Amino acid sequence: MRKQQLLVLYAATSSPDSPVGAWSLFDGTGRDNHMAGDADEPPYASVVAAMRDGWRVIQFPALRPAAPGAEHDTAFLPYEFVLEKLVEV
Amino acid sequence: MTPAGRLTSVDVANFVADGALRFDAVVPRALADAALGELGAGGPPSPFGAAPGSPAAAWPGRPLAGLFRDWPSLAAVLELPAVAGIIEGLLGPDPIYDHHYAHVIAPRQAWSQPWHADAILDPRRAAFDIQLCFFFHDTPREMGGTMYLPGSHLRRVNESAIARYQNFIGQQAMACPAGSLLVCHHGIWHGGQPNRTGRTRTMFKLRLNPCGPQRLTWDTADLHDPRVGQILSRDHRWYGHEVRLEIANRVRLWRALTDDPSFDVERWLTRMENQPTAAAARRDPVR
Repeated sequence: MRKQQLLVLYAATSSPDSPVGAWSLFDGTGRDNHMAGDADEPPYASVVAAMRDGWRVIQFPALRPAAPGAEHDTAFLPYEFVLEKLVEV
Repeated sequence: MTPAGRLTSVDVANFVADGALRFDAVVPRALADAALGELGAGGPPSPFGAAPGSPAAAWPGRPLAGLFRDWPSLAAVLELPAVAGIIEGLLGPDPIYDHHYAHVIAPRQAWSQPWHADAILDPRRAAFDIQLCFFFHDTPREMGGTMYLPGSHLRRVNESAIARYQNFIGQQAMACPAGSLLVCHHGIWHGGQPNRTGRTRTMFKLRLNPCGPQRLTWDTADLHDPRVGQILSRDHRWYGHEVRLEIANRVRLWRALTDDPSFDVERWLTRMENQPTAAAARRDPVR
């Protein structure tokens, strides 16, 4: 049976070869349990580096224009790439 | 901080850039021990979840001064010149009590609290509350304590909407000696870390509101220190190329705090505010 691992990388720009500034790992196999604050360095320097290690990109961030009147507002990290691995268990 | 315990412009610029200021061992150990003892004995009751009509439920919105009089060690902590100076430097005089809570984390608590911002999404631009987080006992990294994200405070998110994030470049764990204080802007992203020790961890959080406009409320002798612009331009790296938006928003807050609408860094706001009209151009044509 194959189970899914998700790696979410937040890139500096919309390009997948830009540096990673934040990240999350969700392991559907149950082998690991990652949580807030459990690592100080990203697992990969970029999305492309993760792809070269076998991670498949399953979500590419859409580019959206700024809302009129709120051009300088910041909130969530905009360049969220979701990657997966399917692992035999 | 000045020798008299007042914040400087450089301190406040760091607060505007990072959303937090850290002061290690600002509370003498004996007083920290006594304050911890008062919390261990039950406290002042928190208004959080207090029964309607109870004394604790009546505290929010009242002046801070005198509220802790029945807990003399906690009152003495808040009256320390350095602590009082930090509060006045960020909020101005006569701060308003919002709420407090003693966060007690049991030994061998393996769960990490997800990232969140307190309260609800707060659209204020020119005013802010502060949260004082006191660590009255030694808090090594294996004990937690609170993880916070410098530079996150001006991002508009609602509470735990950021819970899917796990780690950021530059995140900071408040591992510190006894008597340390972390002062945060109300919008800072943070979360409690696991306590892998055999000892209980206690963090005393106190939220305060300003009573009046937060304008030049610190020791402004260094107001024009050239480091201010450099500090406001700090790149925390985790937000990528949005750093320039962060700087623009910090400049807006600095303008409000200093009552100086012309302040800028690298002309980020000035060039957008330059919208010459045709009439003005006719009066003063370019030669």
